[in-house]
Amino acid sequence: MINYIIRRLLYVFPVLIGVNILTFVLFFVVNTPDDMARMQLGDKHVSQAAVENWKQQRGYDLPLLWNEQAQGVEQATNTIFFKKSVGLFVFDLGLSDNGRDIAADISQRMWPSLAIAIPSLIFGVLANITFALLLIFYRGNYLEFGGLFLCIVSMSISGLFYIIAGQYLIGKLLVLTPISGYAPGADAFKFIILPVLIGVVGGLGSGVRWYRSLFLEEAAKDYVRTAKAKGLSDLQVLFKHVLKNALIPILTGIVVILPLLFMGSLISESFFGIPGLGSYTIDAISSQDFAIVRSMVFLGSFLYIIGLLLTDISYTLVDPRVSLD
Amino acid sequence: MMTVLWTDIAVFFLVFFGLVVAWRSSKKEHLRRPWEKVFNSKTGVASLTILLIFILIGTLDSARIQHYKTLDTQELSTQAKTLSLLDIILTPIRTRVEKTYSEPFAHMAYAKEMGVDEAGQQKWRYPRLSFAGAHLSEPNSEKSGDILLKVLLGFSFGMLAWLALVLILSLLAGKFILSKGSSGIRVCLLTLLGVFFIVGCIAMLGPYYHILGTDKVGEDVLYQAIKSIRTGLVIGSLTTIVMLPIAIGLGLMAGFFRGWVDDVIQYVYTTLSSIPAVLLIAAAILMAQVYMANNPELFTTVEDRADMRLFLLCMILGITSWTGLCRLLRAETLKIREMDYVVAAQALGVKKAQLLKRHVLPNVMHLVMITVVLDFSGLVLAEAVLSYINIGVDPSTYSWGNMINTSRLEMAREPIVWWSLTAAFIFMFTLVLAANLFADVVRDAFDPHSNS
Repeated sequence: MINYIIRRLLYVFPVLIGVNILTFVLFFVVNTPDDMARMQLGDKHVSQAAVENWKQQRGYDLPLLWNEQAQGVEQATNTIFFKKSVGLFVFDLGLSDNGRDIAADISQRMWPSLAIAIPSLIFGVLANITFALLLIFYRGNYLEFGGLFLCIVSMSISGLFYIIAGQYLIGKLLVLTPISGYAPGADAFKFIILPVLIGVVGGLGSGVRWYRSLFLEEAAKDYVRTAKAKGLSDLQVLFKHVLKNALIPILTGIVVILPLLFMGSLISESFFGIPGLGSYTIDAISSQDFAIVRSMVFLGSFLYIIGLLLTDISYTLVDPRVSLD
Repeated sequence: MMTVLWTDIAVFFLVFFGLVVAWRSSKKEHLRRPWEKVFNSKTGVASLTILLIFILIGTLDSARIQHYKTLDTQELSTQAKTLSLLDIILTPIRTRVEKTYSEPFAHMAYAKEMGVDEAGQQKWRYPRLSFAGAHLSEPNSEKSGDILLKVLLGFSFGMLAWLALVLILSLLAGKFILSKGSSGIRVCLLTLLGVFFIVGCIAMLGPYYHILGTDKVGEDVLYQAIKSIRTGLVIGSLTTIVMLPIAIGLGLMAGFFRGWVDDVIQYVYTTLSSIPAVLLIAAAILMAQVYMANNPELFTTVEDRADMRLFLLCMILGITSWTGLCRLLRAETLKIREMDYVVAAQALGVKKAQLLKRHVLPNVMHLVMITVVLDFSGLVLAEAVLSYINIGVDPSTYSWGNMINTSRLEMAREPIVWWSLTAAFIFMFTLVLAANLFADVVRDAFDPHSNS
């Protein structure tokens, strides 16, 4: 087990290096810092001096990979690649293009993101499982047919619609919750309700279908037939056998997205004006702050890989048939 | 003169490709069987009919001709302009541009203007629209009757056209297809009846009213929504075409050759899929923007630029989305290569390339088919979200995402401007629902596990 984890951790490095090289190529080689400076400073009629100044302030005035002018080790370290990309490995995220400390911003904005993401996940999973179990329970019934059709309908509605309709209906017409905004501490509660509710409702269609297919797969197995043959009622079979065994894929499916919860949700955060990491990313994209986008790419991939690792480990914990050695 | 944009070529190629696939499938027994299943399902036929209507509109919108405007007093500034066949069909709706917002079926403008009333006094009041309802002299009393009449006319014309179609098809088939035809044809015709009704109503009402209102610059919202169909279709289909060769090629190779090939391919897709897709798309689009800003000479017209961005967006979406299918195909190939018939073929000395093409590829095609159809609706929805974050299509391109994006500000107006948003959502919903229903039928028909 320990061996396996160490091996997997070692495998994380090549992937992160790959991510790093890819972002480096995208951000510095395909488009040079000169291009970025011109884009940031406005139009094509920017003086070269202004470009140089912009680059120097942000540390983009170094050579890309190899510094001819420097001495010794500095030849490799005093470069954009080393300063901007290698630093990410020790989570030295540096400064954003308008001079703010990215790491500090992230650690501060992480909490609002989590305040939305965690309840959304928990209530979402509970709602999905409940409805999926209902569909299974009424199998072959017109209720199931209607429920499945509703699922497809709700899957076909754009996520933006749920947000806009929810804001309009609950925030503006019924005035039950504020339309958008955020407050730290306990006051956050009233701002969280609406995004969480909309997140849960919006995800119901695909979620219920997915969980239903998991339950159906489980319900087709021999032990379920045996349990029924023994005379257990449908409810007992459903809760004691089907649900219990289907929890394995459900749990592992949740574990893989756990780390990514930190990243927050791009769309709902910016719609609801929540100062989390999702809206941070969106703002960075729209203000074309490449330093932040780069850091978020790295952070996101890192968390994804951690999620994969946790999934594998959780398999061994919940399913005794799986061993990793 | 014809003008052809990159995505136009892609659209025509896709239509051609679709026809070839359909023709080849009809020749082969093992491919015909699942399709027959699709055609026997009512949902399948109905949703396919709707999808084909959308595709027809998208294709019409891709055939462009250079159009020289007769320079009249109002449009001195506009010179030559490319118009698609769809634009020409929609001319009555396209050219009737009001000053600014107007509600669906309104005859009065949304905003008050200074004008002269009957008594000859200057007054703030809602002016009449220049086109919508202009044929009525007493709009307040006549309008509802006029609309009802036009709807009835539209219905009857739709009915007539539909009956003509049924008659022609019956004559061709030599039997009355509504009662004697297969259930698939009947469902298809009934769906078409609904479509004909709607088209009839639009044809009757469109030249006299703005059925879905007008937007900020007075352009008809219905026209915008119809124009957006092409963008949605291009994103949904072109992306999958970009992704398919990569996913199939790498997936089969990884599963079949194993060893270091497998390691490398697995490494590549783990790396790519570990980057959050939105950020990768954002990064790539930002880079493309920088490139286009620095090389303005390559993109001479706004249309060119917008089209290039749409094309690039599809490329980028394709490059970020092949990993899922690749993983699936790799796992399936790993299974198939151990099957007796593959081992036997190998023992008989069949070359590796042959083996892959003849024995492995046909047996994973159902996965490819299912993925293509399933991904389509997701991509159409994704376009709206990406446009919202400004990393989607160019703001000058007609797209549902752009319509939704601009209408966010309109929602805050008083009285609220709800029609752009509603139109975009309804059109998007229709397309995606049809695609989702069709995807379900296709999956049931092609998935070997569901046959039991």
